[in-house]
Amino acid sequence: MNFAATVYTLWLREILRFKRNWSRLIGSMALPLIFLVILGSGYGSVFRYRSDVSYMQFIGPGIIAMSLLFSSMLGGLTVMWDRQFGFLKEILVAPVSRVAIMAGKTVGTVTTSMIRGLVFLAAMLAAGLLHGSVPGVALALLFMFLISASFVSVGIAVATVMRDPHGFQLIMNFLIMPVFFLSGALFPVEQLPEWLMFLTHVNPLTYGVDGMRFALGVPSHFSPLWDLLLLVKFWVVSTLVGAFLFKRMPA
Amino acid sequence: MNEGARISATIGVKALTKRFGAISALDNLDLEIEREELFGLLGPNGAGKTTLISILSTIVPPTSGSAEVCGYDVRRQSHEVRKRIGIVFQDPSLDDELTGDENLDFHGRLYGLDAATRRSRMEEVLNLVDLQERRRDLVRTYSGGMRRRLEIARGLMHRPEALFLDEPTLGLDPQTRRKIWQYIRSLKESFGMTVILTTHYMDEADQLCSRIAIIDRGRIVALDTPEALKASLGGDLLELETGGHSPEFLNHLADMEEIAHLAETDGTVILTVGNGESFIPRCFEVAQRFSVQISSVSLRKPNLEDVFIQLTGREIREEGTAGPQERVRIFMQTRRR
Repeated sequence: MNFAATVYTLWLREILRFKRNWSRLIGSMALPLIFLVILGSGYGSVFRYRSDVSYMQFIGPGIIAMSLLFSSMLGGLTVMWDRQFGFLKEILVAPVSRVAIMAGKTVGTVTTSMIRGLVFLAAMLAAGLLHGSVPGVALALLFMFLISASFVSVGIAVATVMRDPHGFQLIMNFLIMPVFFLSGALFPVEQLPEWLMFLTHVNPLTYGVDGMRFALGVPSHFSPLWDLLLLVKFWVVSTLVGAFLFKRMPA
Repeated sequence: MNEGARISATIGVKALTKRFGAISALDNLDLEIEREELFGLLGPNGAGKTTLISILSTIVPPTSGSAEVCGYDVRRQSHEVRKRIGIVFQDPSLDDELTGDENLDFHGRLYGLDAATRRSRMEEVLNLVDLQERRRDLVRTYSGGMRRRLEIARGLMHRPEALFLDEPTLGLDPQTRRKIWQYIRSLKESFGMTVILTTHYMDEADQLCSRIAIIDRGRIVALDTPEALKASLGGDLLELETGGHSPEFLNHLADMEEIAHLAETDGTVILTVGNGESFIPRCFEVAQRFSVQISSVSLRKPNLEDVFIQLTGREIREEGTAGPQERVRIFMQTRRR
C-alpha cells in the first residue's frame, strides 16, 4: 500500500510538471518531426530499399522510437536536475523505499514519453503513413512501452553516476545520439559495413525499431519474437541496474 | 546520567565521529537534547554542524559512535527515525515548477497522510508562515524568504517530533529573519516539538535557543543556556582603541585583579571586567602611565561571539581555513577567580 502510494505520488509530480510545460513538450517533439518531414522528403527520391515502401514510411516507426528514446532518457536524467535543485533530498529523506521512488519516477516518465509517442503514432496512422490493425497497434504499444521503460532506467542509472548536469552534453553526444543513429531508424540494417553491422546489432533500440516496423506494416528485418525477447531482456537488465545504482546512491 | 533522563531525551549522541578521508568533521562528539528543547548548534562554517544534522537525519552514516533520534538508532532504524523528523535543509529543496500547495501536498503524500489530513495540515502550516495568499502560485515566483517559509511549513506537515533547521535564515534580510524567528518560536508553543537549529549567527542562537552547543572543528567546546555562556566570561566587555601594540601596558592590565580576561587585536584591546563603569577611569590612569593613547572606549554586555572568541581564540565570522591567527594577534590570559 505504502509502495503504491509512493509510486503514485512520484507519478503525479511528473504529470503536473508535464502539463505545465507546453514549451518543453513542443520543443521535445520538434526534432523528431523535423527528421520525419525533412529527411523523409529529402531522401525519398534516392531511397531504393523496397519498391513498396517510401522512405518516410520506412523511418516512421524509427521516428516514434526516437521521440521515446529522447524523452525517456532525458526524463530519467532529470534525477540529476532534482539533485542540482535540492528536491532529490526532500524525496530521499522521506520514510519511503528507494525502489518505490525509482518506480514512481519511471512510471511517470514512461507516461509522459508515451503520450508524445502516441501523438506521433496517431498522426502517422491518420496520415496513412503507417498501417495498423488492432493487434498491430497493440504490439506497437508494447514495443513503445519497453523502449521507454528501458531508457528511463538507463537515464536514471546515468544520473546516479554523473553527479552534476554539466555532463549533460556529453550524454547527449556520446549516448543518446549514437543509440539513435545506430538503431537502423534511418537506414536498413542489411548490407552494412561490418563494423556498423556490429554496432547496430548490439544496440537494443535496433530491435525496438524493427519490432515496431513489423507491428505497423513496414518491412522488418528480424523476427518480431526475437525483437520482443531481446527488448524484454534489455528492459529487465536496465531496470535492475538502474534500481541497484539508485538504491546505493548517497543522498 | 540516569536511565530516566536518557529516555526523555529526543536526541542522544555518543562518541560520534565522522571522517571524510583524513578530515574529521565530527570528533568523538557526545550530546543530549531533551524533549521540547529549542536547541542551537552554533559554530563557524565547516565546524561540523551540517554533518551532525545530516547524521541525525539519516542522510549520512557516521564513521563510528552512535546516535539515537526519538529513541531509534539512525543507522539501524533509519526508517523509524525518518518518520519522526522534519528537516529544513540549508540549500533550497523545493520543486519550483510546482505551486506551494503542490509542494506541501507532495510531502504529505510521501509521509502517508490521507487527503483530509493533508488538507487541514496545509491550511494550518500555511497560516503559520503567512503564505495563504501565495499558495497557488508557482514556487518559481517566490522570494527567498517565502521559499524558506514554505520549506519550514513543509517540514511541519507530518508533525515531526523533532524538527531540524539547518541555517534557517542564511542569506535572508533582517526583517525576514525576524519573522522566521517568530515562526520558529511559535512552533514550540503550538506543537511542543523539539527544534534543533544550526546557525553561525550569534544573535540568532541568542534570541531563539534555550540551550546552545558551541561547535568548533567537530567538537563541542561549550554547552549551556545563552545567559550562562555569556555570564561565563565574568563581566562586561570594555573595548579600548589604542594606537599600537604595547606589551608593557597589556602585561600590567593582565595582572590587575579586576580583569577576568584580556585580548588584543591590531591595537584594539578587549577587557572583561566585573564592573565596567567604575573601571574606565582606572584604565586611563594605567594607559597614561605607559604613555598609551586611548582614542575611544566602549563598554558593552558580552555576546556569544565573545564567548566563542574566548573559547577558540578565533572569530566565528571567519570562514574556511586561511589563518584566523594571522588576522587576530592573540594576547590572552585568563585569570581564575
